[in-house]
Amino acid sequence: MIWLFAKVFVVGGLICVVGQIIMDLTNITPARVLVLFVTSGVILSGLGIYKPIVDFAQAGATVPLTGFGYVLAKGSMEAVDKNGLLGIFTGGLTATSAGIAAAIIFGYINALLFNSKSKN
Amino acid sequence: MAMKLGKQTFCFEKGVYYMAGASIVGKKEGEGPLGSCFDMVIKDDLWGEDSFEKAERKMFSSAISQAIAKAKLQEDNIDLIIGGDLLNQIISATFSAREFALPFFGIYGACSNMAQSLLLGACLINAGYCNHVVCATSSHFSSAERQYRFPLELGNQRPPTAQWTVTGAGAAVLSSAQANVQIESATLGKIIDLGITDANNMGAAMAPAAADTLAAHFNETASKPEDFDMIVTGDLGMLGKDILVDLLLQKGFDVKNVLYDCGCMIFDQSQDAHMGGSGCGCSASVLNSYLLDGLNSGKYKRLLFAATGAMLSPTSALQGETIPGISYAINLRGAKV
Repeated sequence: MIWLFAKVFVVGGLICVVGQIIMDLTNITPARVLVLFVTSGVILSGLGIYKPIVDFAQAGATVPLTGFGYVLAKGSMEAVDKNGLLGIFTGGLTATSAGIAAAIIFGYINALLFNSKSKN
Repeated sequence: MAMKLGKQTFCFEKGVYYMAGASIVGKKEGEGPLGSCFDMVIKDDLWGEDSFEKAERKMFSSAISQAIAKAKLQEDNIDLIIGGDLLNQIISATFSAREFALPFFGIYGACSNMAQSLLLGACLINAGYCNHVVCATSSHFSSAERQYRFPLELGNQRPPTAQWTVTGAGAAVLSSAQANVQIESATLGKIIDLGITDANNMGAAMAPAAADTLAAHFNETASKPEDFDMIVTGDLGMLGKDILVDLLLQKGFDVKNVLYDCGCMIFDQSQDAHMGGSGCGCSASVLNSYLLDGLNSGKYKRLLFAATGAMLSPTSALQGETIPGISYAINLRGAKV
């Protein structure tokens, strides 16, 4: 159990360190880092590189944004196997629908409950 | 003295006086080193309004009213309000001007607004068109942040070169009637763009414009940096200020010992503002409090105020355009003691 926690923490942390280094060393904005991570997740999963990382570190690899890309790619590939080429368009969103719906619903609830404030 | 020196410097030989100034700042600015100098410190950034934009307008119009009151004048005595701000279509200035039954002149010089409006006001008074002109500008951290950068809710990290937009407003009453502080001359700036594209490093984008305007002022008025007690830039921040010292040294002027920057003065290191303050409200609030008090008391005899503006727009920044800078210099003479 402890060994699993350590793997998740270290791998998840390393993925975030990559993002931090990109932000510190370049002028790439956080929004672009976000897009970069999701796309890299898709590409790495498509090439079969991300699956072993997920098997090894579980949430450490699925919770960061690259994990969202992994689910998109995995969903598309599974849907293609099942429904043919149409799966390219349906699979990704079907697989990630829980995450997308949760983001919209929780975002909406937050907007109802809280107001933006100046940073301190 | 001639009306105009060289290509860029106007002289106000009929006498243009700085009657009064008012400043209002936010909580963070109030906690800074100059906190006790401001006329008013608002306790929360919304100031009882339901948006940051409305709070900014309230600061803008309150600063104007307060400056008029401090000059011991009535609204009727004012001939013109000159104002601008950072928000699209300068809504803080124009919407605030609804509250005054006075002619209004909207300007945009980004963070150089205070100096730009003082220059225009001084010209109109010297030419005899106006007797009393109010010059005002404002900025608000939260309204600027969401227009120029990211939604406040995003809470993303700020790079070390970033500056902190000052929540504040400043207003000045210029007059043809004699007062302690006089505007002797002013130097118009040119748009200078040396190719900085990083909207999080505006000090570096504006420093070349400040160097150009200050060098023009020294050359055209045959003055030297040592003639001034203080040369004060608007919001170059620590990095931009260092760059300005180097650039002016290349042009043969050593300003190291007399150069100050409102952005560096308004916050201290512990306030996590990184390179310092920025925004129209930064130079406007510092000039109309601490600096004007110093001129009125005779502490400063001669002060050169050079506010700088980074003329980018959110669209131009996203399209990767470089940032043009501008700076206007106002030569102020303090009370004779």
